[in-house]
Amino acid sequence: MSQAPAQTQPPPAGPLEAAQGASWLHRLDPRAKLAVALGLSLVVALGQSWPAALTALAVGLAALASARLPWRQVLGRLAAVNFFVVLLWVFLPWRLGWDNGWQVGLDPEGLRLALLISLKTNAVFAIILALLGTGRVEHVFHALAHFHAPDKLVNLFLFFYRYLHVLKREQARLAWALKVRGFTPGNNLRTWRTYASLVGVLLVRGYDRAERVYQAMLCRGFSGTLWLLDHFHWSRRDTVFCWCAGLVGLGLAILNLGGAVWS
Amino acid sequence: MHIAEGVLTAPLLGGGAALTAAGLAVGLKKMDYDRLPRVALLAAVFFVASLIHVPVGPASVHLVLNGLVGLLLGWAAFPAIFVGLVLQAVLFQYGGLTALGVNTFCMAAPALLSYALFAPLARRGGRAVSLVAGFAAGSLAVLVAALLVALSLWLTGEAFLPMAQAVVLANLPVMLIEGVITALIVQYLRKARPAMLQAGRV
Repeated sequence: MSQAPAQTQPPPAGPLEAAQGASWLHRLDPRAKLAVALGLSLVVALGQSWPAALTALAVGLAALASARLPWRQVLGRLAAVNFFVVLLWVFLPWRLGWDNGWQVGLDPEGLRLALLISLKTNAVFAIILALLGTGRVEHVFHALAHFHAPDKLVNLFLFFYRYLHVLKREQARLAWALKVRGFTPGNNLRTWRTYASLVGVLLVRGYDRAERVYQAMLCRGFSGTLWLLDHFHWSRRDTVFCWCAGLVGLGLAILNLGGAVWS
Repeated sequence: MHIAEGVLTAPLLGGGAALTAAGLAVGLKKMDYDRLPRVALLAAVFFVASLIHVPVGPASVHLVLNGLVGLLLGWAAFPAIFVGLVLQAVLFQYGGLTALGVNTFCMAAPALLSYALFAPLARRGGRAVSLVAGFAAGSLAVLVAALLVALSLWLTGEAFLPMAQAVVLANLPVMLIEGVITALIVQYLRKARPAMLQAGRV
C-alpha cells in the first residue's frame, strides 16, 4: 500500500469481507440460513454425547465442503477459532500432583471435556461458516429485521458495518504513516503513547464523521427509518432446506438423549 | 478473551443471554436516533482498535479498551459491544452465536462499571485526577472482564479451574497496558473533543 486508496474506491478485499462464491448455499434465502444457523448451533453447543458431536461435525464439514468457499480463507478462520481449543488442551486434560517431585497425570474427565468441546466448537464453526459465510454480511442484519429485532439495533448494525470499512482504511493509512516514520512497536511507554494517539485520532475522526453523516441524513429527511431496498425471495427450496435442517436438528437432539445413556 | 462455542452449560448460556438482553434493552432505550450514528461510528472505531496488537514481553495482545467504551458511551456500551461481537461471529465465526450473551455481558458489564465509577472524574477532575481515573477505568474493566470470564468457566465445571486462573493471570499485564493507554486517550480527548467525554450525551 504505497499509495493511500482514494475514499471513493470500494473497500479492499481483506479480513473484513464475507466469503464469495456460488454454491447452492449461496442461493438460499438469508432468513432461512440465519434461522437454521441459530437453531443448529444451539443444539450442537448444548450436546453432551459423542454420537451427537461426531454427527454434528460430519454435517458441518459436509455443508462446508458443498459451500465451496476459498479453502485458504477457511483454513485461516479455522486456525483462529481453534486458538481457544488449543488453550483447552493446555489446561484441561492434565493433573498436577506433588509426590516427591511434580507428577503430571492424565485427568480422564478433563480429557473427555477437551475432546468433546473441540468437536463441538469445530462443528459449530463449520455450520456457521457454511451458512452465514456464504452471503453478504448486511443480509444477516436485514434478516434480523425480518425477525423483528429492535429497529434501533438493526440500524446500529447497518451504520456500524457501513463505516467499519471506512475506519479500517483510515487506521491502515495511519499505521502506514507510522511505519514509514520508522515506528516499531515494543514493550515501552513510547509504543503505548503512539497507539493511544492513533486510537484517539480515530475516535475523533469517527465522532466528527458521525456528525456530518447525521446532518446529511437530516437534510435528506431522515426520520428514524432506514428503508431496506433489496428484498428477499422465499422459494420452495428454502422451505425444503428448513425442513431438512429441522430434521437434522431433531436427529442430533435424539442422538444426544440416546448417547447420554451409553456414553 | 472470548469463550468459544460448545463450552458453557445451558443455565449459563441462558443467564448470559437474559442479562445481555436486559442491558441491550436499557442501552437501546437510552440511545435516541440522533445518538445512533455516533454510537455506531464509535463502535466501529473500537472494533478497528481491537485489531491493533500491542507487544507484551515476547507475545502480543490485542487492545480491548472496554473501559474507554464505557467512559464514552455509558449504557450504549451494551449495544456497541454487542454489534462488534455479532460481526465477529458472523464474519470470522469467532466466539459463536450461542455464547454471544455471556461474551457480551463479560465485556459490557465492566464497561458500565468503569463508566459509573470514573466517568465524572475523568471528565471534570484536574489533569492528575483524570489521568488516574482513566487508568483505573481501563484496568478495572479488563480485570472485571477477566474475572467474569473465569467465573463462567469455573461455573461450567471444576475441571476448568486451572484455565480460569490462567485467564486472570494472563490479563494482569493487559490491565497495565489498557490502563495506561486509556488514561492517555482520555487526556487526548479532553483536549481535542471534551464533548466526547459526556458519556450520557454522546
